[in-house]
Amino acid sequence: MKLIFEKSVSGRMGVTLPKPGVPKSDLNIPEEYLREDLNLPELSEIDVVRHYTSLSLKNFGVDSGFYPLGSCTMKYNPKINESIASFPGFRNSHPYQPEGGSQGALQLMYKLSNYLCEITGMDAFTLQPAAGAHGELTGLMMAKAYLKKKGEERKNILIPDSAHGTNPASSVGCGFDTIKIETNRKGTVDLEALAAAADENTAVLMITNPNTLGIFEKDIVNISKIVHSHGGLVYLDGANMNAMLGIVKPRDMGVDMMHLNLHKTFSTPHGGGGPGGGPVGVREFLKDFLPAPIIEKKKDKYILNYDVTNSIGRVKPFYGNFGVMVKAFTYIRMLGSQGLKDVAENAVLNANYLMRKLKEDYLLPYDVVCKHEFVISGENQKKDGVSTMDIAKRLLDYGFHPPTIYFPLIVKEAMMIEPTETESKQTLDEFADAMHKIAEEAKTNPDIVKSAPHITPTRRLDGVLAARKPIVKYKPSDSDV
Amino acid sequence: MNFVPNTKKEREEMMDFLGISSITELFEDVDAGIRNKDDLKLPEPMSEIEIIDYLGELSSSNHNMQDFACFLGAGAYYHFIPSVVDHLLLRGEFYTSYTPYQAEMSQGMLQSIFEFQSMICELTGMDAANASMYDGASALSEAAILAAKYTEKKSIMISKAVHPEYRHVLKTYANAFGLKILETEMENGLSDIKDIKTKLNDSCACVIVQFPNFFGNIEELKEIGDLAHKNDSIFVTNVVEPISLGLLKPPGAFGADVVVGEAQALGNPLNYGGPHLGFMATKEEFLKKIPGRISGLTLDTSGERGFILTLQTREQHIRRERATSNICTNQALNALAATIYLAVMGKHGLKEAAEICYQRAHYASKKISDVKGFEMRFSVPFFNEFLIECPKSPKEINRTLLSKNILGGFEVGKYYEEMENCMLLCVTEMNTKSQIDELVNAIAEGLP
Repeated sequence: MKLIFEKSVSGRMGVTLPKPGVPKSDLNIPEEYLREDLNLPELSEIDVVRHYTSLSLKNFGVDSGFYPLGSCTMKYNPKINESIASFPGFRNSHPYQPEGGSQGALQLMYKLSNYLCEITGMDAFTLQPAAGAHGELTGLMMAKAYLKKKGEERKNILIPDSAHGTNPASSVGCGFDTIKIETNRKGTVDLEALAAAADENTAVLMITNPNTLGIFEKDIVNISKIVHSHGGLVYLDGANMNAMLGIVKPRDMGVDMMHLNLHKTFSTPHGGGGPGGGPVGVREFLKDFLPAPIIEKKKDKYILNYDVTNSIGRVKPFYGNFGVMVKAFTYIRMLGSQGLKDVAENAVLNANYLMRKLKEDYLLPYDVVCKHEFVISGENQKKDGVSTMDIAKRLLDYGFHPPTIYFPLIVKEAMMIEPTETESKQTLDEFADAMHKIAEEAKTNPDIVKSAPHITPTRRLDGVLAARKPIVKYKPSDSDV
Repeated sequence: MNFVPNTKKEREEMMDFLGISSITELFEDVDAGIRNKDDLKLPEPMSEIEIIDYLGELSSSNHNMQDFACFLGAGAYYHFIPSVVDHLLLRGEFYTSYTPYQAEMSQGMLQSIFEFQSMICELTGMDAANASMYDGASALSEAAILAAKYTEKKSIMISKAVHPEYRHVLKTYANAFGLKILETEMENGLSDIKDIKTKLNDSCACVIVQFPNFFGNIEELKEIGDLAHKNDSIFVTNVVEPISLGLLKPPGAFGADVVVGEAQALGNPLNYGGPHLGFMATKEEFLKKIPGRISGLTLDTSGERGFILTLQTREQHIRRERATSNICTNQALNALAATIYLAVMGKHGLKEAAEICYQRAHYASKKISDVKGFEMRFSVPFFNEFLIECPKSPKEINRTLLSKNILGGFEVGKYYEEMENCMLLCVTEMNTKSQIDELVNAIAEGLP
């Protein structure tokens, strides 16, 4: 399909703007600062509408079909979220308008923080971080400031080998060293390895629970105790909170600080890669380190408090991705306590049901009850020369979005599958059927799997070529590779 | 409501298949001692009708720029958003998709990201751009980190004429990343070139200025860039009001190595401060150092053109500890809004919008300067924001204005003590001549 630039026709206009309507001023900008040319496309409104409508048809979202991308919680995004976020008082309010005229927004943020505290057991939340990784960075910055205040020079962050890649990347960003903790044969943190690694240099343990194998860390209380006994902090990567809503509070697991992903657990759409929301919650003793401003209630007024004693400072201009908060707020208020618990229970039921179904054809390296997701391996199929990548691409032909593949790194040929609670049994059965067919094809007709996809808008794309000879912007001359 | 489609009967069938009699059995690995004993203390659930009423009320207790004449900018801008933008954004195939890892099923998003990168490069005069960042401030901070890694130097020189909250965020990042910040002074509303010259030293990884700067003024990029380069420092330009680039020469033309900024002004609503979107564009030599997603052109097995996330070995999910940044989720949908906006505004529309902003802002500045006691604080070229010195407290003036449904300028005393009596006014294509005239009348009226 042509690029928008390639559809440009000289002289076409897509908008009509008013005349300036004021006495004309001479441009007092020096000549050498004035732009000579601007090579944006020239199109009519209908050209633009058709172009992006066509592009949307070459894309796949939860609205299009099943999207079992593990660790991403691709649940249905209720339409009401979008309607409410576009209410004019939310959408068209300026971050610097007076507090008196921002009471609706401030109240919403204040209450959302309280709900998140209740759900997680934490004592305070900042809503500033824009995404999960941004939350991790914020949490680690706070840990660093806290330890510094205590006069402790702790350098190490302990990270299980099943962790998301953002965990080590965030740690190193904050100037920490990382120590990898191995996973045992049951798919959980190896307590002995943890005990051996934890010492007076341990700043933080970053743990994901349920972990990325979809297994609940049964020993979480002990794990936290080990870290605490050496004076370290426990950070929870809350990406997998969907399995825990209303079931268990991270605080009761011994967690000191954590982030949530509003765009996973709380139904705000992923938007093709954002915007997200990565609020960070902490226990009382870390509250003073939160990024300023924090929202407080004084009598019946909501205010922005910039005076936070040991604040690490801002991590974002203004107050965070407010529009995303509106959607998460809407979701929490529509579900309430029972609704949130239903979410966790159904997410876990769906995952176990699908896991049991797929186990017939695929290797299940950790065969235990899973939580919201599980990991199977394509190793059996690999014997027939069919890789997990091939299986993923073949799923496209069957109309499903593939699972997360080759992650977690500790499982060979991994396929990480998270069905979420918003999928019906019927959908899960259809997906299982497709996976069964592909397993059969791998034996009887491997070429059809290896050369997949066959019916998508493009055939398999060459990632090596893209990286070897990077073309990352339109140039009229080389728009054809 | 829980948005769960399965009926009780279906759930029972699934439980039968699993050989369990209750879902609780699936949670036996969660120690009973830590399992929630009570229901979460949350308000009673609401139906769709009730939530619309409730949040409708909350929304209307907020100021809404549609009901005001808005002269407030300072990093968040109330611009025209053509209707097509929102209609296209709400296509579920776009907004309910994830990061386009599976390229064959995500060509729509990948191509639009490629178009976004191309448009950002065109606006800024750069060779490469990423798929977006959280916001302008995190983009600026990531640029500082990039510069520090690239030059193996630790000091970040930044002008005080850069948005104060961006400098706050940079400071937070710098503390964590072990970088030192060197702030440079201002002279008549511009970055003080003499001060930059004096303070530049071997430890400076980069020099950062904003264009137009926080006060709307047009920095002397050429001179500053030359100084940075002479010192072997990377020259970073931050653009917060990108509509200005419809009129102004791109920073790349003045030697900028990295251009970062905020693209909210391009088709994204104010949203009480977010989601907005940051961008980062660089010269070719920094391509492999850029943080975040990049969409690249490639071929499929039948030789057809397509797009794919590329240079992923820079990223956290592959490189973990050694990634260029920890960024994962960015602001993709906001970038799509900016892309559609720039497509429909096009070459002429963006230029025209920039000219309207310029003309109306200059008309406003002249009219206000004519009011006794009000003066332009600086006498340098500006785009659509300008600093006015007031004869009484800007807070008081803003209160009067608010009673007339006018949202006055940003009270810069909040961040610049020495400018306590100054107000930063912003004029866009949304402000009509009559709004400007009313503003002028209103401030004149309140005077002795």
